[in-house]
Amino acid sequence: MAAEPKPRRFRAIHLLLLVPYAAMLWVPSYNRVEPALAGIPFFYWYQMLWIVLGVAVLIPVYFADERSGK
Amino acid sequence: MTPNTTAIAVFIVLFLFVTVLGFVAARWRRGDLNELSEWGLGGRRFGTIVTWFLLGGDLYTAYTFIAVPAVLFGAGASGFFAVPYTILVYPFVYAVFPRLWSVARAKGYVTAADFVRGRFGNGTLALAVAVTGIVATMPYIALQLVGMEVVIAGLGIDMNPTLPLIGQVHDFPLIIAFVVLAVYTYNSGLRAPALIAVVKDLLLYVTVIAAVIIIPAELGGFGKIFAAADPKTVILPAATATSLGAQSAYATLALGSTLALFLYPHAVTGLLSSSSRHVIRRNAVVLPAYSFALGLIALLGTMAVAAGVKAMPEYAEGFKAFGNNFAVPALILKMFPSWFVGVAFAAIAIGALVPAAIMSIACANLFTRNIYREYLDPDCPPKREAQVAKIVSLVVKLGALFFVIELPSTYAIQLQLLGGIIIIQTLPSVVMGLYTNWFNPWALLVGWAAGIGSGVAMAYANGFKTSTYVLNFFGLQVPCYAALSSLVLNLIVGAALSWLFNAVLRTPPSDATVEADYA
Repeated sequence: MAAEPKPRRFRAIHLLLLVPYAAMLWVPSYNRVEPALAGIPFFYWYQMLWIVLGVAVLIPVYFADERSGK
Repeated sequence: MTPNTTAIAVFIVLFLFVTVLGFVAARWRRGDLNELSEWGLGGRRFGTIVTWFLLGGDLYTAYTFIAVPAVLFGAGASGFFAVPYTILVYPFVYAVFPRLWSVARAKGYVTAADFVRGRFGNGTLALAVAVTGIVATMPYIALQLVGMEVVIAGLGIDMNPTLPLIGQVHDFPLIIAFVVLAVYTYNSGLRAPALIAVVKDLLLYVTVIAAVIIIPAELGGFGKIFAAADPKTVILPAATATSLGAQSAYATLALGSTLALFLYPHAVTGLLSSSSRHVIRRNAVVLPAYSFALGLIALLGTMAVAAGVKAMPEYAEGFKAFGNNFAVPALILKMFPSWFVGVAFAAIAIGALVPAAIMSIACANLFTRNIYREYLDPDCPPKREAQVAKIVSLVVKLGALFFVIELPSTYAIQLQLLGGIIIIQTLPSVVMGLYTNWFNPWALLVGWAAGIGSGVAMAYANGFKTSTYVLNFFGLQVPCYAALSSLVLNLIVGAALSWLFNAVLRTPPSDATVEADYA
């Protein structure tokens, strides 16, 4: 074990990865019918929207990691 | 059901096409298929795009596309938990699994159990991880067959034809499909499902896009579709003063399924076959495209309610044979012209072949590496290792076929429900193990046993009908996915005993890896 690498550094931007968990596991925040979107109850379109938001959260984390060359 | 000639023709042409692809795949990115990492991991050479197709085909299985809308069809909103589940899985994969890829590459690991063996220096714990993986995956393969059976029956093909000389053969089309699958998997290894996944996914996206454009228009828009659904199940019932009810079940099912998914051997195999940790990260960003397709497919269940397929006499036979799993095939039959029914059903049937192939390869890798080479033939040369894996992949598929033909499909469904509960018990060894070797392997083993024991007991108490078990906190009832509550027990036992063993025995960790292997 010659060159022990730097210990894993905690990166604050990784906290973003927890945001979808807060949004999706708090079920009462989206368990309703109104406002419906094009006839689709809120419950369904809001969770579908979070698929996109989940990606939106991953992208900055990805670029931060790639920049730091990890 | 009367045979649908045009649909059957389209279906068979597409099926033959992927069969040819399956055999041609052996020559693709040619490697020495006498090496386990070549046959069973495609040589760890798949880039971002191939991995995207492979994991998409691997994780979003035919059974998913039949069963998730079936729950929305029968029970409403509670089936939609598959959407938050597949949202939450990607941040988890992104953060954790590049480390598994790196250490597997550095040390030549092919399975998660290989890693546990190296990290904790304990063959018994590795054996437990390997056996858990195999047991959890077998019924999953059987369920892919159930998915295939539903669409073949939907085409009106006679499932039990009388053949010359042999007489009546039960599930004959299924046997043909699976024998073909078994032969090209044997021949081409992981390259076959990787190539076929591309075709399957293209067919699938075409089907989904057509379905969400055409069906709501035919039914008069989403407003009318949801108006036809039972108003009591359009959203989840509210919590009461004494019970959190369906909402805690929904959240814990999403979280528990998230934590369990990438512990499944077929998911690990898909990840380890990628060419770099960057490929895994990029895929965590682009794989949610499949989640979107899954969400739309889930809504087909509600559309099937609005289309009123259950009351139609022409589909009565299908519903009688397959229950609500026939909802999506019935909807497709009702809404689309025959040739497109062929395309859509082929997408589902081919969608069963891809995961079934990867699952059998993953089980074969586990058996060969962690049981055969570890206990039966420690000095086996690489060529024999690959040969054993190929044969095991055949045995595994035959086992699944036997299971589906001989036993009622409810057994496979109940066992798959147990699969999630038992596979999650390997999380402390695999996921925690990626970050620390502090845990004592015997403590992890006791935790694993406690998790499996309590999880199976909870499922048993439910008569194996549901995986959510009602916990009682000071009079408040909290329905919770048994995988999650039993995992908590597993973690507590594993951590407490590790602390005790480390304090008393002071045995230094026997770790074959160093921190640099994980970067």
